[in-house]
Order: sequence, then C-alpha cells, then structure tokens
Amino acid sequence: MMNKVSETLGRLGGVNLLPLALAAVAFVLIGAPSSWVTLTVAGLSMGMMVFLMASGLSLVFGLMDVLNFGHSAFISFGAFVAATVLAALSTWLDGGWMLASAALALALLAAIAFGLAAGLFFETVIIRPVYRDHLRQILITMGALIVSEQIILAVWGGTPVSVPRPAFLEGAWIVGDVSMEIYRLFAVGLGAAVFVGLMVLLNRTRIGLLIRAGVENREMVEALGFKINRLFIGVFMLGSALAALGGAMWAGYETLITPALGGEMMIVVFIVVIIGGLGSIEGTLLGAIIVGLTANYIGYLAPKLALASNMILMMAILMWRPSGLRPAVK
Amino acid sequence: MTLLSLQNMKTQIGQYHVLHDVTFDVPQGGVFVLLGRNGAGKTTTLRSIMGLWQPQPGSVTFKGQDISRLATADIARLGIAYVPENMGIFGGLTVEENLVLATAKGRFDQTRLQRIYTLFPALEQFWTKQAWSLSGGQKQMLAVARAIIEPRDLILIDEPTKGLAPSIVAAMGEAFREIAQETTILLVEQNFNFARSLGRDMAVVDDGRVVHRGSMADFAADTDLQGQLLGLSA
Repeated sequence: MMNKVSETLGRLGGVNLLPLALAAVAFVLIGAPSSWVTLTVAGLSMGMMVFLMASGLSLVFGLMDVLNFGHSAFISFGAFVAATVLAALSTWLDGGWMLASAALALALLAAIAFGLAAGLFFETVIIRPVYRDHLRQILITMGALIVSEQIILAVWGGTPVSVPRPAFLEGAWIVGDVSMEIYRLFAVGLGAAVFVGLMVLLNRTRIGLLIRAGVENREMVEALGFKINRLFIGVFMLGSALAALGGAMWAGYETLITPALGGEMMIVVFIVVIIGGLGSIEGTLLGAIIVGLTANYIGYLAPKLALASNMILMMAILMWRPSGLRPAVK
Repeated sequence: MTLLSLQNMKTQIGQYHVLHDVTFDVPQGGVFVLLGRNGAGKTTTLRSIMGLWQPQPGSVTFKGQDISRLATADIARLGIAYVPENMGIFGGLTVEENLVLATAKGRFDQTRLQRIYTLFPALEQFWTKQAWSLSGGQKQMLAVARAIIEPRDLILIDEPTKGLAPSIVAAMGEAFREIAQETTILLVEQNFNFARSLGRDMAVVDDGRVVHRGSMADFAADTDLQGQLLGLSA
C-alpha cells in the first residue's frame, strides 16, 4: 500500500511536490486567501534570493568538495557594491524608467563583476592550497570571512547603509484585497531566469556536462583528459558571482544593510544547500523555495517559532532523506 | 615494439610504500595481462600509470616519453584510456552524455559509434537512459565503450569481469578480442580463465613487485607456477 502511494507520488513529481503540499497546508491553516497569497509571494521571493546565494555554494561543495565558509563574504560584498553603485547613480533612479533600469542593471553587473574577480582571487590564493583538507578549509575560509567583514567595515563603515531602489520597483500591486510587493515579484522573476540559465548551462553545454560529471567523479573527468582545476576556477567564480548577485538583490529587499548581512544569511544558505542535496541546482532551488515558504508561513502562524523553523525543517528532511531532497548522483 | 615501459616503478600512498619495484614492458598490439592476488598492487600500478597516484619520476615511459611527472589529463591526451575497477560511470548522465564527454570535440565519429553499437547493442537500446539505471554488465559495457569512442593507443582496464554474469563475461571477452585488433589493452584481471583466453603477454605482481614476466601461453601451461604465484590449484 505504502509502496503504491510512494510510486504514485513519484510519478506525479515526487519531492518536487513538497512546496505545493506546504502551500496547501498553509492555505488551510492561514484561512485568509489574501494573506496566503501575500505570504506565498514573499516566501517565493525570499526563496529565489536565497537560491541565488546558495546555488554557487552547492556546486562548489559538490564539485570541489570545498567547505567554503567565506561564501557569505561574496554575499556581503555584492550587497555593498550594488548599494554603492545605486547611490552613485541615485539621480538616474528618479529619471524615468530607462535610466532607472540602466542604474539597476549596472548595480547588478557591478556586483557580478566583483563576485567573479573575488572568486578568482579566493580560489587561487585561499582555497587551492587546502584542497582535500576540510579542517584547514574551514579554518582558512572562516579567517577570510573575518578579514572580508573587516574590509567592508573599513570601506563602508559600521553604520547601516541605505540602499536606494528604482522607482518602478517600489510599491505593490493590489489585486482585489491581495497585495504583492513589486520588488518581490522582480526577485522571483530574476531567480527563475537565473535558474533557467543555469539549467541550460548544465544540461545543454559541454562545460555543463563536465561540471555535472565532475560533481560525481572528479578523478574520472581528469582520466578523460580534462583539466579539472580549470573547471574548479570557473565554477568557483560562477558561484561567487551568483552569491554577489543574491547579496545585491537582498540589499534591495532589505534597503538597509550592515557588514553582518552575509553572515546572517549564511546559516539559511547552508540549510538550503544541505536539504536540497549537495551539487544539485534543482535541489538547491527546491530547498530554497521550501525554506522561503516555511519562514514566511511560520512567521505568520507562530512567530515565536520563526527562528527555529528552518532548523526544524532541516532536521526533519535529513531524518527522512539523509542526502537531501535531490542530491547529485554520486 | 614497446608501447609502455615501467622500470622499477615505486609508488607511495601517504606513508605506505605500495609499489616497490614494478618493471615490465607492454608491447604494441594485443592484450597484456597483469595478474596477482588481492592487494598485490595491480590497481595501484594502473592508477600510477594514469598519474592518479604519483610514481617516482623516470619510471614510466609511453611511446618513449617519460609520463611519470605528467598530470592525469595530459596522460589521457597522449592516447591512454582508463577503465577503473568501479567503472567510473557518471550515473546522473545519460549513456549518450557519458560517451559524448569522452569524445575529443564533443561530437561522435559515426563509424566508431556504429562499431560500439555492434559490440554493445544494449547501449543503443538505453541511449537516453541515465547510467545509474543500467545493470552492472551494461555499465561495464559503457565504461569500455567510453574508452574506445576515440582512437586510443593504450587502454588500461581494471578487473572488467568482476561481479558479472558468465554470459556477459563471454560477450566482454569477444569485445576485447575485437578491440585488441586496433589497439593495445593492459588488462588487470583475477579471473584467470578469462585472462588466459585473451592475453598474449603477461606479468604477475605480488606485494608491490613484479615476480614473473613472460608469455601467457607458457604461464598457462605451468600449473605449478600458477599455484605458487596465484594460489590456483591444478
């Protein structure tokens, strides 16, 4: 009987149905449809931003077997770089749709460019000497994280930095008695676009094929004649750039950022990577959406449990599936 | 003509000296078999040739070139393919993706592909299936097919019959005979009957040293030596 239920669920989508099941349960518990829609959009947008931050870490973890606790530095730098560009172009933000879009695009591109450069530096100088040594990886990346936070403090100061938003992303769309923040919808759209881009990269290109193969068996990729170290650099830079983009989006969402932003997000990012399954982009998206929805639903239904909700979620999922929801095949 | 030459090859893994003195020459063409008991150092020998464990410099030459200091990828690009004991299949990739990854330019030479279909018809049948869903024998076929999807001068194959049904072992033997018509195979094998049916030359490794070299025909005829070196009973 249980096997039949399991097979039927598997055919319908398996673990991919979890966000739908979560949303359905929340719909019943919340009662008010308008509140449910608002919370669901908020959860999806939070999930998509966390997905941006976490997807790179998952690939780096899966492919390179590197525990990078310094990943949050890329999130923080992305946020501050984007905030600085937006502040410098503040006159563009009020100068019409075209100028505001250009300012936003430049801010996001600056964060991505910084992430790529920082990723190159991080991989070649900090990570490379400690491959295959997890203890040293933890120590050195934690150290690099502390140094990065101090650099942010030295450059941007300790007081919270305000992040201006383009006018067209301010406010909310009101449909009936449902309110949806435009910025959150934008975050959902951008996250979905990045997910599609990553899926195309991983499934439709030779580089993607190499990354997927490398996540499973690095040694065999080398035995086929590919220099895995070059792939490592590329993936690390990609992961850092995505984290910086996620940080930039999160900065616009929070609108007031501090140097501790990356560190605060890191726990959620690690939870997403672990429950999603290491090295899997689909798993990371699934984990991020579940974490985003859970945080928002619990925050509404039982605010006192909000802080613990992600930890409880992680424990429950790991007890059910110790390798995460959709791990890359190893 | 010697294709691969190992001279006093020594390999240390961590603090352990696994290979002490491995010396043998693999002539071009045919199947060269490396025999030995469990833990003798056969797999380490293949891994050292591929650069997956670093042998001491100067002890491995391929087509006259010292390859002991080269990275694994560079060794592979010289024309050496490796089929590890665990097959090294990428389970999350389809059969097609596993094979296309092993091509030099990301596309198939249709003649070679047709030959692979002929040797291993199951691969054509499961072309779009993820490799984890294949049976053990089909995975081994895929691993071997991946090694021959491009022209190679030498193929290192580690215990390809391990855990396979007799009918699959027989099919694998036929495939190896045909592959050996165009390239050289260095085969590590515990199944002596299988090894004997394929090998032209052979060596026996014991405790990290080559303790016997010669022709397979001579070794197959000497049951005392087989008992002494491999523990086989007459």
